[in-house]
Amino acid sequence: MSKKMQITLTVNGETQELLAEPRELLIYVLRERLNITGPHVGCETSHCGACTVTMDGKSVKSCTVFAAQANGAEITTIEGIGSPDSLHVLQNAFREHHGLQCGFCTPGMITRATKLLEDNPNPTEEDVRFGMAGNLCRCTGYQNIVKSVLAAATELSAAKEAAE
Amino acid sequence: MNDLSPDRDDRIANLKGLGCSRKRVEDARFTQGKGNYVDDIKMPGMLHGDFVRSPYAHARVVSINIDAAMALDGVVAVLTAKDLEPLGLHWMPTLAGDKQMVLADGKVLFQGQEVAYVVARDRYVAADAVELVEVDYEELPVIVDPFKALEPGATVLREDLEGQTSGAHGERRHPNHIFLWEEGDKAATEAVLDEAEVVAEETIYYHRTHPCPLETCGCVASMDKVNGKLTLYGTFQAPHVVRTVASLLSGIEEHNIRVVSPDIGGGFGNKVGVYPGYVCSIVASIVTGKPVKWVEDRMENLMATAFARDYWMKGRISATKEGKITGLHCHVTADHGAFDACADPTKFPAGFFHICTGSYDIPVAYVGVDGVYTNKAPGGVAYRCSFRVTEAAYFIERMIEVLAQELNMDAAELRRINFIRKDQFPYHSALGWEYDSGDYHTAWDKALTAVNYDGLRAEQAERVEAFKRGETRKLMGIGLSFFTEIVGAGPVKNCDILGMGMFDSCEIRIHPTGSATARLGTISQGQGHATTFAQILASEIGISADSITIEEGDTDTAPYGLGTYGSRSTPVAGAATALAGRKIRAKAQMIAAYLLEVHDNDVEFDVDRFVVKGAPERFKTMKEIAYAAYNQAIPGLEPGLEAVSYYDPPNMTYPFGAYICVMDLDVDTGQTEIRQVYALDDCGTRINPMVIEGQVHGGLTEAYAIAMGQEIAYDEMGNCKTGTLMDFFLPTAVETPHYTTDFTETPSPHHPIGAKGVGESPNVGGVPMFSNAVHDAFRAFGLRQSHMPHDHWRIWRIAEGLGLHG
Amino acid sequence: MIPAAFEYYRPESLQDALSLLQTHGDDARVMAGGHSLIPMMKLRMAEVPHLIDLQAIADLRGIRVDGDTVSIGAMVTQHEVIESTDLLRAAPILREAALQIADPQVRYMGTIGGNVANGDPGNDMPGIMQCLGAEFSLIGPDGTRTVAARNFFEAAYMTARTDEEILTRITFPAHAGGFAYEKQKRKIGDYATAAAAVLLTKEGGTCATASIAMTNLSDVPVWSEAAAAALDGTACDSGAIAKAMAAMDGDIDPGEDNRGPVAFKRHVAGITLSRAITRAWSRA
Repeated sequence: MSKKMQITLTVNGETQELLAEPRELLIYVLRERLNITGPHVGCETSHCGACTVTMDGKSVKSCTVFAAQANGAEITTIEGIGSPDSLHVLQNAFREHHGLQCGFCTPGMITRATKLLEDNPNPTEEDVRFGMAGNLCRCTGYQNIVKSVLAAATELSAAKEAAE
Repeated sequence: MNDLSPDRDDRIANLKGLGCSRKRVEDARFTQGKGNYVDDIKMPGMLHGDFVRSPYAHARVVSINIDAAMALDGVVAVLTAKDLEPLGLHWMPTLAGDKQMVLADGKVLFQGQEVAYVVARDRYVAADAVELVEVDYEELPVIVDPFKALEPGATVLREDLEGQTSGAHGERRHPNHIFLWEEGDKAATEAVLDEAEVVAEETIYYHRTHPCPLETCGCVASMDKVNGKLTLYGTFQAPHVVRTVASLLSGIEEHNIRVVSPDIGGGFGNKVGVYPGYVCSIVASIVTGKPVKWVEDRMENLMATAFARDYWMKGRISATKEGKITGLHCHVTADHGAFDACADPTKFPAGFFHICTGSYDIPVAYVGVDGVYTNKAPGGVAYRCSFRVTEAAYFIERMIEVLAQELNMDAAELRRINFIRKDQFPYHSALGWEYDSGDYHTAWDKALTAVNYDGLRAEQAERVEAFKRGETRKLMGIGLSFFTEIVGAGPVKNCDILGMGMFDSCEIRIHPTGSATARLGTISQGQGHATTFAQILASEIGISADSITIEEGDTDTAPYGLGTYGSRSTPVAGAATALAGRKIRAKAQMIAAYLLEVHDNDVEFDVDRFVVKGAPERFKTMKEIAYAAYNQAIPGLEPGLEAVSYYDPPNMTYPFGAYICVMDLDVDTGQTEIRQVYALDDCGTRINPMVIEGQVHGGLTEAYAIAMGQEIAYDEMGNCKTGTLMDFFLPTAVETPHYTTDFTETPSPHHPIGAKGVGESPNVGGVPMFSNAVHDAFRAFGLRQSHMPHDHWRIWRIAEGLGLHG
Repeated sequence: MIPAAFEYYRPESLQDALSLLQTHGDDARVMAGGHSLIPMMKLRMAEVPHLIDLQAIADLRGIRVDGDTVSIGAMVTQHEVIESTDLLRAAPILREAALQIADPQVRYMGTIGGNVANGDPGNDMPGIMQCLGAEFSLIGPDGTRTVAARNFFEAAYMTARTDEEILTRITFPAHAGGFAYEKQKRKIGDYATAAAAVLLTKEGGTCATASIAMTNLSDVPVWSEAAAAALDGTACDSGAIAKAMAAMDGDIDPGEDNRGPVAFKRHVAGITLSRAITRAWSRA
């Protein structure tokens, strides 16, 4: 065991201060210390994306980030994307288009998709498949995930247009 | 007085019952990150378990020194076989009638085998302590080839069985032999083959792979020493069976054990068995009096729990010159790894492999399966298929293609002339099954028309010519597959797991205000039971699916059931649900008659109410009836409105399907592109088309992965070469093809609502479809058989072998 | 998968980072995005008692295009490479290559410096940098020096960078003409089965200059002068490409792994090179 260090994270808008060993992984800090269990552990070698969170505006795999590395960062997880009273368009779209089954990859998928649509509000199917390629799903075969993301993109664009 | 009733069609729509693409009730929590998976469970004082595992595939364990590990701050215990032996828990029984080491007892038999179990304050200390346990191994000769394992004088792997010439499934003819299981008429089959006009012979290998759900296996064991109660949370596809096993192993009475399967992040067969991690966690919790969590990492998952397939299938198929099949002979060498831990019904050591006559009317057949020990991980689970059915379907669908080649016939036509005809159902197969229903010709014709089969063949012929002229380096393959699944294990008379009959159950409580809770013995791992079982019930009892909660997975509340795998939930538990609903309806009819002051037989059920026959304005809704059941003293009736049903299926159900894909294949790089996939499924009555389509997409993707690259591979030393997701192929959205789904609907005659099960069909039918496309691309150049997975280099090797690289 | 414990440092200057390296010697290692190192640490195949995170050092950031000279800070991520319009103009091969590395999340963290300095033969940027004729700037206790990418890689995970040095920047001339990075892999996220980087210029219908490098076909990236020479003065027709393929084949030394046996890799190496040349020529 190495000595613990003070770590400050802003998670879903709330500042969190904690003592952690540097080797603690961001995913475990979120899940076990902050009880933010939406992001999951799937492969542990940065292939599956179940642990995806947004860190300082980047989609990252939190199983491959040390807590110490994340010190000072602003983090958004699935828990910060919508609320029961006000779901994010993507959360509704995944339900509407059957974009999930066991639900284990879903938080990472939706978190990644929010960032994807932020960067590219009008993606093609190919863009979505390529942009979501860091997230594995074993249940859906992706077809309905892609459909969900495209539907959300259309809805978000329409809403933006209406607002302008 | 009754309100003006809504239109009947609206009332039906409001039920959200059978046939409705109802949105899933599970999704609210999953899309918000509020699922509750086993690794989300956190209990006060909880300790963490972690394994010391063998780096060797075969070695004697000379000594284990735990002193340094125990000295580490935060380590609570280090368990070895010596600690478990006094409890009789250093070995455990497997589902297949064998036994398996919980912790290495004197030797290790596969790489990754559990050697010692560390219990520590947190996962970090546990991982550090694992590094500090010193194990002295003495390496032994390794056998990874099942054929070499059976050679005379081969190294004996299972010394614990030395001298035992018979096992759970009969005679063992070699120390590394587990069983020979046979079905059919061997002599008659051989006689037919000897006399046949045409015989095709081929060895088909279905390689070793792994279900690899995104969530690995794990548990939290919590022994409450004050009350003597053990609670076990875990990724269990069969929680009641786990409770029974836990009771038999631990001696704790079954009523004092509660097993809970929380949300499960995919199972696909990986989470049926009982693993050393569960046993060690229970022991550790009993010893420490604290909750103990164990969750395997991905490498442990791929290396140690639940491989699938690994069947060497040697086939001979005979036919007339016109292509009418006359006989089928199959011998399988089944590599079971170090322990026979296959998750099959007890009496079926090769599962339902004898469905291998497929969708064809084959007059005589024989199958023999030799189970063999090797230095590989145990398992042999049904990875997204009923027991060994994907092996069987792959075997027959390859043999059909080989026979078509032998006959120089079109493979679609060969299938058509051999299909079991609609008027032959129920059909008794040569290997002993009674196929309940089917209409194969209709499905096949629909599929061939949908893809414009003749047009595809013409395009393919042109492509071959262009290739020969040197104008293209890409070949085109048309992958055909027609499969018959056998799901819904199963009739108690011949299907059991550890002696427990494979019935399933449903218990319904109708609440006074007209909503309901139903509990089942199954457990969803993504299939959406909470959505679809409510739909079955809604149609049966006339209460909207939105007012019905489905609960599963808690043995303290759910009725005993055998769990979810082998596509058995809808065929068995779905039937139990319908029948329990009918019991509710029968009592509701009496209550309605009483309220309407008529005889029981004078009212009839209509969507959501009982109506006086001939007087549709006189009715009582189910909501009113429910209230009356709790509110009124009805002569001759007990208060309340509850029912329970245990369903013993009279037969399996036999879903089927017609799958066709088109693949372009680069002979120089071995890369493939799936241009089109058409999947027609007939799963009988369709409960929720949206969910069915989702299941088909997922199963096809797993089939694509298995056929095109996914494998568990070992080197000669027994080292697993595919332990991470870099090398174990799970396709991303980029590689995964696009699918078109279709259906026909042939209800099961014996299932209460005619449903058959569908979740695994696309894997069963999909693997031969993709593999046949690869073979078909090279058919014009004489390829007969090339084993999966068809990854780039293996496809390149085919082209190289056929001289296509010039 | 839990790594062994370590001490963590996040220096804000190169000097601080260098002094940490000197203090802890062999026990210290610098980390950029961590997406190669962290999995190795989790698998306990790499032990790093003192981990020096370079993320806070401003000097290691930034993409600069100054006339014909391109300079990329070691901590520039693959994502930044993809997004940079300056790079798209000055060295479009980088974007084409970066898009073929790993997946979006990994590209947000993975850096160009980490990709080359790690010395993993599977990484794509080493070959690209050799193809570009890049120079790596290293800073150490004795000051700075530059090493040509073509001399940097010694063996798998072994480079000319000493343990006390940090890779700071990568500099190379902007390229004109045709380019291609052709990579065959099993799936998104995989290393190359074989990959070929090609840069060439055309004058009067023939190839004036060419540079060719191959990825994951030896324990180091392979810059094949002979393959490039085979294209000189040709119209990059099939005969010339065949000669380039044969020359390249003499320079690579692939090993067997899960991606396939040696003969297959050699074959695919030839095909990827031929496709890369054809595409580069079509763009020249």
